[in-house]
Amino acid sequence: MLLVENLSVRYGPLEAVRGVSFALKEGEALAVIGPNGAGKTSLLRGLLGLARAEGRVFLDGAQVPSRTPEGLLARGVVLVPEGRALFPGLSVEDNLLLGGFTRFRRRENLRPDLERVYALFPRLLERRRQPAGTLSGGEQQMLALGRALMARPRLLLLDEPSLGLAPLMVREIYRILSGLKEEGTTLLLVEQNAKVALELADRGLVMEAGEMVLSGPAAALREDPRVVEAYLGTAEEG
Amino acid sequence: MDATILGLLLLDALQNGVVYGLLALALVLVFAVTRVILVPIGELLMFAPLSLVWLQGGKLPGTLWLALALGLLWALLSRGRGSLWPLGLGALLFLLALLGLKLPLLAYPAAVLLVVYLGLATYRVFFQPMREATVLAYLIMAVGLHVAYQGLGLVFFGPEQYRPAPLLSGEVTVGLSWQGVLVLLFALSAVVALYLFFRFSLFGKALLAAAENRLGARLLGIRPEEAGMVAFAIASFLAAVSGLLLAPLINAAYFMGFMLGLKGFVAAILGGLSSYPVAFLGALLVGLFESFTSFYASAYKEALVFLLLVPALFFQSLKARAVEE
Amino acid sequence: MRYLWFSLLLLPLLLSPFPFYLTLLNFFAIAALVALSLYVLTGLGGMTSFAQAAFMGMGAYATALLTVKGGYSPWLGLLLGLGLALVLALVLGGLTVRLKGHFLPLSTIAWQVALYILAGNLVGLTGGHTGLTDLPPLVLFGLPLDSAFRYAFLSLFLLALLVLALHNLRESRLGRALLALRGDALAAASFGVDPAALRLKAFLLSGFLAGLAGFLYAHFLRFVNPTPFSLEASIKYLVMAVAGGVGAIPGVLLGAALFTGLEDWLKDLLPLLLGRQGNYETIAYGLILAAILILAPRGLWPLLARYLPRREGRLPREAPLSERPLLGGEGQVVLEAQGLRKAFGGLLAVNGVSLGLRRGEILALIGPNGAGKTTVFNLITGAIPPDAGEVRLLGRPITGLPPHRIHPLGLARTFQHPHLFPELSVLENAALGTYARTRAGFLQVLLGLHRKEEARALATAYRALKRVGLESLALEKAERLPAGQQRLLEIARALASGASVLLLDEPGAGLRAGEKRELAHLLKSLAREGYSILIVDHDMDLIMGLADRVVVMNYGEKIAEGTPKEVQKNPLVRAAYLGEVA
Repeated sequence: MLLVENLSVRYGPLEAVRGVSFALKEGEALAVIGPNGAGKTSLLRGLLGLARAEGRVFLDGAQVPSRTPEGLLARGVVLVPEGRALFPGLSVEDNLLLGGFTRFRRRENLRPDLERVYALFPRLLERRRQPAGTLSGGEQQMLALGRALMARPRLLLLDEPSLGLAPLMVREIYRILSGLKEEGTTLLLVEQNAKVALELADRGLVMEAGEMVLSGPAAALREDPRVVEAYLGTAEEG
Repeated sequence: MDATILGLLLLDALQNGVVYGLLALALVLVFAVTRVILVPIGELLMFAPLSLVWLQGGKLPGTLWLALALGLLWALLSRGRGSLWPLGLGALLFLLALLGLKLPLLAYPAAVLLVVYLGLATYRVFFQPMREATVLAYLIMAVGLHVAYQGLGLVFFGPEQYRPAPLLSGEVTVGLSWQGVLVLLFALSAVVALYLFFRFSLFGKALLAAAENRLGARLLGIRPEEAGMVAFAIASFLAAVSGLLLAPLINAAYFMGFMLGLKGFVAAILGGLSSYPVAFLGALLVGLFESFTSFYASAYKEALVFLLLVPALFFQSLKARAVEE
Repeated sequence: MRYLWFSLLLLPLLLSPFPFYLTLLNFFAIAALVALSLYVLTGLGGMTSFAQAAFMGMGAYATALLTVKGGYSPWLGLLLGLGLALVLALVLGGLTVRLKGHFLPLSTIAWQVALYILAGNLVGLTGGHTGLTDLPPLVLFGLPLDSAFRYAFLSLFLLALLVLALHNLRESRLGRALLALRGDALAAASFGVDPAALRLKAFLLSGFLAGLAGFLYAHFLRFVNPTPFSLEASIKYLVMAVAGGVGAIPGVLLGAALFTGLEDWLKDLLPLLLGRQGNYETIAYGLILAAILILAPRGLWPLLARYLPRREGRLPREAPLSERPLLGGEGQVVLEAQGLRKAFGGLLAVNGVSLGLRRGEILALIGPNGAGKTTVFNLITGAIPPDAGEVRLLGRPITGLPPHRIHPLGLARTFQHPHLFPELSVLENAALGTYARTRAGFLQVLLGLHRKEEARALATAYRALKRVGLESLALEKAERLPAGQQRLLEIARALASGASVLLLDEPGAGLRAGEKRELAHLLKSLAREGYSILIVDHDMDLIMGLADRVVVMNYGEKIAEGTPKEVQKNPLVRAAYLGEVA
């Protein structure tokens, strides 16, 4: 479904991502892991057209040369960004409804999807009228995820969904992601927390300093000592 | 100072204050969504009644040609389907203006549409191309446009003052004419309408969202440019109708818009350019201050209003940090 | 080279048969002075003012009142005018230099309009809109300057003098600091610049220049009324400066020259085109400003300057500034943080973190994203004040001090994204580090008395560049450097300041393997010399090979401390990084 060829992302003189390639089949879940600063977020931004990128991206077999978040949204690609980008002054329900804004403009009914999201996240139902800014970290992540679901994504991009969350909350979020995967949504996960991400994903891709250093089935990566090295380094004299 | 005079001053304050309030709301909205401080809002306000007077006099106003010219640029800058809007609206405007020459009642909507079209085209031609510019750069552009539009106002309408006929004549009581009541009613309904729009319509919420978090809005398919257009349209509409309603009471001349806009702007600053209720209340305060100072020291009332800015900015500075990140 | 500006004085002689052009020449000189005031305020200081005409008005009215109503000498009028302009700048600036970028220009609009209204309405004092007439001419060496020809010599001479003074400003610690400040108050504070104080001084200088222009204006026309000191006039000067190119002295002068000519031409042309009398030039100004902002935001001068031969810079030859001894004795703790605590709203970002850095040691602070490392960094460097806890530099408490006061005590920091200043050369960027070690104030700089200190400062910077291996690029523009060298430049800047405690924020980010090796090599040799280094970074290979000791944070707390090998084996650390067993 998604094919990325030789993607590079730079910010001025700093090269954040260098020549990364991978493929993602429909219904699959791919985890992009690696230490902070490895370029994982930049990879997503380059993919979505939020940062200047070189390389080729193919969606459903067709190349998408000039990508914009709006354009990709129309094709069912939704990003849940790091930091969630919620609207703190608006209520939980408003945030969710806005997730379906483009569908709303096409005269689609958002109610069923809203019910579905509330079923998935009962806590959001409890807090439906509260301003989004008053929610806890975990609830905000749920809201961000729920908002993305309102757009009926085919490919869901998640940037560090476990960031700043307590372990219990992380489990909850990943349980829901697992459910989504079972329903057929394709997932591209960027995560610092390798363990949790590799448990969910089918395949994994390890990034370090902007480059892809390892890739393969998630089960294999889980055991691979080189993954540990990528995170904690080798204590050799430099 | 007896009760009657006090009453008159209060009525005067209220009448002016609500207009400043509408302008303040428009300024805060535009700033929140686009980061533009819409200095030329005063000119937009004045162009409406002045254009009306021209149409009622059987002449096409110069502002029409300005609007259409910018509309053409707008169409050229947009590609393909994007140019349907400016071309279509422009054609409608032209038609309405022509009809307005013959049918005086149509001159009113023509004047409003003219200003709204001008406002939209101004955003599209001058501000939207300045991608990701700083607030300061936008401000300089806005000031430049103010100067240009005001100068064009002089070219189109000359230096004289005009008094369009009021929609409703006569007085309710001393100091409050029916036209004044109309102004108050419009202001009230505008505030209510805006409130309802932002509270209950998903479009309104989308606009607020674009103002609160640009990235988040983009990711949901809310284009910042569209949000900007809507904000400018609302602001221009408020300015136009306020101008039409106010002009029979205070006269209309090419230079008066700036003063009105600047007072709305003082009120918006009192609200930190972010809070709608504070801005509106601030506007009423400005109206109050102006009424009373004009009673005691008429010539300096405007200078004193501007000096109101000093405590407003000081208050803002207490909230700011010494070293910016 | 810069003394060539005095050749402007030849112009009156050349133009003497054309009295009309002599008048224009004077208008040019006066406008150029106002444009120069904007060069200082906007070009160097990054602040925008819509009130320069109001400052002019202060200068003009002060002298008009004193000479016409009081019968005093114009030179006294000059004193009063400049004084009043400075007072206005002090009040305006004092209130608003601390505000976020756009509040300053907004307040200048308000003041400009308020003063214009007052000038028009205080009829008893100012003569209202009719103004004051019959100002006496200036008398210099017994010669009355009552013709455009004679006056031009004065106005052009003052112009050339001030151009010289402002060249001095640009090539001094103050000029560099202002340029640094305009982009990046935090970075500037990190090498000792007090942002509010410096901005205020720039504002004062700008008001002074505009006030002087007003004085000259008044005694040239020998008539003052409010119109030339209105908001439209301020905008005209702003357009001049911005269209010409507000970032360079030739740019603002070019703008002044172009618009003085243009204005006159438009005054004749537009009424003809439009078929009636009136002042329509403002339309052109507004439209030109709009066009410039969209099409050539940096003005016309940068477009022309490309075709001019580049001035060859010279490498410094003086002896560097005197050495600063490195802090601390052998093995002594030079930097210490105890019990640091910081909460943002409801979120506790840092909870009771303590660490100690010894002389000659490299200490790394690591942890997963969101662990609070950057917050600790900011707490130590003074960018934000802690809610609780203490920071001590060589035993001396520095808790809660702002960065520009911590830096002179011997602590320097670098930034995650290099905060370099692209318009300055590599050498000048490094020289920014010497700001806290040099002393020249505005007056000394403008008068050119700072040269010796400046030369020594540049030499110090050059030596720092040598230390990091960048000396061959000293005269290049900083924006050309690749990422690795930009990092080295930031370190050079820190070294030039003589600081002995270096705090590096993600120095490895974005570097290639080879660049990281070079960096590690440099840092190790600095540590051997006695520098104490605290690094925050994510690159484990870099850290583990470089650091003597490592402190690991997670969820705002310190979870481990020890040598790299110890930390790598620590199960808490592994869990923190690789994820907990869910």
